[in-house]
Amino acid sequence: METFLGLDYPTWWFLVIGALFSGYAILDGFDFGAGAWHLFFEKEHSRRVALNAVGPVWDGNEVWLVIGGGALFAGFPVLYATLFSSMYVPFMLFLVCIIFRAISIEFRGKEEMQWWRRTWDIGYSVSSILLAFLLGVILGNVLQGIAIGPQYQYQGAGFFEFLNPYALMTGTTTLALFMVHGAIYLLLKTEGRLFTKLTLLLKKSIIFFMLSFGITTLYTLLYIPHLSDAFKNNSILFAVPLATFFSIANVPRLAKKGKYRGAFFFSCVTIALLLTLVAIELYPTLLFSTVDPTYSIDVYNAAASTKTLRIMMLMVAIGGPLVLGYTYFVYRTFRGKVILDETSY
Amino acid sequence: MDVEILARIQFAFTIAFHYIYPPLSIGLGLVMVVFESLYIRTKNEEYHVLAKFWTKIFALTFGIGVVTGIVMEFEFGTNWAVYSRYVGDIFGSALAAEGIFAFALESGFLGVLLFGWNRVKPWVHLVSTIGVFLGSMFSAIWIVVANSWQQTPAGYHIVGEGFNARAEITDFWAMVFNPSSVDRILHVWLGAFLAGAFLILSVHAYYILKGRFVAISKKAFKLTLVVATIFSLGQLVTGHSSADGVAKNQPAKLAAMEGHFDASGPADMYLLGWVDKQNQEVTGLKIPGGLSFLIDYDFEAPVTGLNAFPEEDRPSQLNAVFQFYHLMITIGMFLIALSLYACFQWWRGKLFDKRWLLWTFVVTAFLPQIANQVGWFAAEMGRQPWVVYGLLRTSDAFSQAVSANQVLFSLILFMVVYTLLFLLFVYLLNKKIKHGPYDDSEESDRPLTKEITGVLTGN
Repeated sequence: METFLGLDYPTWWFLVIGALFSGYAILDGFDFGAGAWHLFFEKEHSRRVALNAVGPVWDGNEVWLVIGGGALFAGFPVLYATLFSSMYVPFMLFLVCIIFRAISIEFRGKEEMQWWRRTWDIGYSVSSILLAFLLGVILGNVLQGIAIGPQYQYQGAGFFEFLNPYALMTGTTTLALFMVHGAIYLLLKTEGRLFTKLTLLLKKSIIFFMLSFGITTLYTLLYIPHLSDAFKNNSILFAVPLATFFSIANVPRLAKKGKYRGAFFFSCVTIALLLTLVAIELYPTLLFSTVDPTYSIDVYNAAASTKTLRIMMLMVAIGGPLVLGYTYFVYRTFRGKVILDETSY
Repeated sequence: MDVEILARIQFAFTIAFHYIYPPLSIGLGLVMVVFESLYIRTKNEEYHVLAKFWTKIFALTFGIGVVTGIVMEFEFGTNWAVYSRYVGDIFGSALAAEGIFAFALESGFLGVLLFGWNRVKPWVHLVSTIGVFLGSMFSAIWIVVANSWQQTPAGYHIVGEGFNARAEITDFWAMVFNPSSVDRILHVWLGAFLAGAFLILSVHAYYILKGRFVAISKKAFKLTLVVATIFSLGQLVTGHSSADGVAKNQPAKLAAMEGHFDASGPADMYLLGWVDKQNQEVTGLKIPGGLSFLIDYDFEAPVTGLNAFPEEDRPSQLNAVFQFYHLMITIGMFLIALSLYACFQWWRGKLFDKRWLLWTFVVTAFLPQIANQVGWFAAEMGRQPWVVYGLLRTSDAFSQAVSANQVLFSLILFMVVYTLLFLLFVYLLNKKIKHGPYDDSEESDRPLTKEITGVLTGN
């Protein structure tokens, strides 16, 4: 198989998609997190400030979802087809929540009536919570493996099969992680009483995250042994969980000192490292078959042709810096604390 | 109902709903760039007000376009798994290119376009507006490329057999510039420009009729009328070359569009008609040999008809394809006539004197939208029974792992959510239009207010 810098193309594409998903989780992670906190703020002014903290950027953040989805479709068509059709119900719920969240953000400020704003506040917050949770649920199913039979055909049937104990745990952990991440982002964008309130909420959410992360890890080690194979075979890889641990520990340490930029940096790093762990646990498998391991989907049987992967790598090499450039431009323009004006939501 | 038909209904419903919004964003984007450039050049505050006003309406359409678009990207995998595996190499590349080269540009600059009026210099804001507009144009390119490949596959070869067969790219640029891409991209762009332009014409005609914001509306109306006239005429050219392409590459579709059954006789062109599939007859008003003439400039030239194809390779909904296609053309002709007539009245200096003409413009906002929709219905239904023309049948392409109940559940969910979304959209659009182009904070800048204060204070 053709290689580039010593790695074959499917492996490269696995890394590219991993990077895209990490970017997506970091960016949409804080705005889902911020949304999840929304109902905890009681005053109209606080809610407006919190909403406008994500106002100019949420749409740009969702671009990463679109690019990640397209990259998965093009790079690993077999995985895209099997994963999306087997996780039909959670993906449909995810889509409906994405829609509800977007219209809640857009429409909330368009009328003054209290019931109107209250309705969209609930829509915004509940859909943010569900989105974070559903992402975790889908991840949990991927980690655990699903019932894939011959010809990459999903053999499960139940409507709610995706809601199994492990998926509930990963869902909760993801939600908790995004709430920590979102609270730190809001701390960077707010002042006054809202800021003080957020410092308290952040403390609680960090404890909640650590507990649910600990339980999920324990369950993974005990009941899903195939995920730790890579670490057993190569002890150097243990550096990654170690780094993750230190990165997580830095979040409360810096937050306590009021260094929220640093804390935000480490919550971003934590998300990236957790996804690196996922990548190590899975590779080279992408979707483990619980029916028979020979039916599993891996980077080789799922990959598009080498030619396509090479074209796509070129696209990422050209387009990636551009995307980072636009992202930098918009975050720079709206840096600092939120200022409300007549164009705000 | 079975999974296939439910999946098709769901796809048709979600994409038709989605397609209300992106054309509006593209069309409004074009006129916003014009308004804002004029503001920067002339420093005339009126253009600034217009640019800001239409940006607000743009925001409404853009947001809905984005989220309903994400639905489309996911639906290939959820409902059309076999298709996704088959075309992932090609279709997936086009979607990924759209994300990275187009959508990122659009959404990156969107924040500055909407919220950056007071934060960046005017020219940086203009650059952002242009960035968003170009991004939306590029989006259209990649999406139409992906769809055109389904109509006229090129630059690929088939690897594997039976279940494992998949299309792989052999020549990327041949895939991108497949025989129908360029014609269809231009046709879609112009359709989008018309959707935006006629909405703007409609709103400003309404203001003029109601005697509100008259001076600024007349300015906006004239400028946009120029845009509408150029592109409605241009649509004639792109439409003709698209149809030429269909004649060459998808003869069964063309035959369905005109209800032409005879395997290789001269073909008529209908102005309106009704297709009787059973008796292979079309009744209606026709130009005998018209289609032959349009293709070969000869009224007697033979055109491949439906009977040249085996029954199972013909589109099944002949009358629907025929009607959609003809409705699109009728609307296109009407838009040309209306904009030329308006230009003529403008030349005579009587553009704003005829109330019936302005009222016609008010209701015409819907027509380009309808033409865009039915045009796509004709294109997609005319491609049947294939999902990839000549390669993969629609009946083989859907997800085997998904049950009818699941699709029914999601279909009902989308119907409820989209109905709600549409009602809210109409309500808020109406509210913004009623409110008008001036911000409340700029109340004192309104021409009428200025005049009154002027009179009162004796200035």
